[in-house]
Amino acid sequence: MADVKKFLYVNRKAPYGTIYAWESLEVVLIGAAFDQDVALAFIDDGVYQLVKGQDTKEIGMKNFSPTYSALGDYDINKIYVEKESLEARGLTIDDLQHLVWEDEDDDWAEKDSIKIVTASEMAEIMDQSEVVLSF
Amino acid sequence: MKFGISVHEGPYTHQASDSAYFFCKAALEAGHEIFRVFFYHDGVNNGTNYATPPQDDRHIMNRWSELAKEHDLDLVVCVAAAQRRGIVDEGEQQRNGKEGKNIADGFRISGLGQLIEAGIEADRTIVFGD
Repeated sequence: MADVKKFLYVNRKAPYGTIYAWESLEVVLIGAAFDQDVALAFIDDGVYQLVKGQDTKEIGMKNFSPTYSALGDYDINKIYVEKESLEARGLTIDDLQHLVWEDEDDDWAEKDSIKIVTASEMAEIMDQSEVVLSF
Repeated sequence: MKFGISVHEGPYTHQASDSAYFFCKAALEAGHEIFRVFFYHDGVNNGTNYATPPQDDRHIMNRWSELAKEHDLDLVVCVAAAQRRGIVDEGEQQRNGKEGKNIADGFRISGLGQLIEAGIEADRTIVFGD
């Protein structure tokens, strides 16, 4: 188990309506214990998962969106959001949570985790990943 | 080639489980190895022995059990997903005070780490989902 592989978790679904987003996050959190090279991708309706100010009171579901802000503490700091998916839904990076991580090699400087990438850049990221888990 | 498989949809409602089964069968017949089949989301329902599909339909759960027996396959049902959906083995029955257990032959309940381990150990990991 010494090998480090490039894991990519691809999130394609809206945060509520189906359980995919929440159970995907559960895999990411458990997987963080395995010391692999982890990245997250958000495409299609998956971009809604990162929208800030979520309020689930009226649908009787747990609002799990604050969990995303803990990803930096798990050394998960490569979060790719597809530009075209945001644009198609009238969203910009300002609509998303501000996710950060602390770089221990740079005096614990706080850095942005989210990177907006084009569909073709996303395809390249997927191509370079070794284990792609799609949710 | 060593494959890791993750099945994310339940039987009958969605074709993902059928496709995963046929892939595993074909891969094994071609001499490849299946490191593990992991069942997640509603995929855990592939591991019930309480289902009774019509006799003129395929028996998806039994099909997995038979393939597991024939090829010594490791069929793993995610414990967190199973607890939500009522897939119970003897340990879960005792821990959670349930009246019965319904895990099908050849399946075992374990943690999500088993999926990550499959990703690390297998040459290719394939998700069958929606």
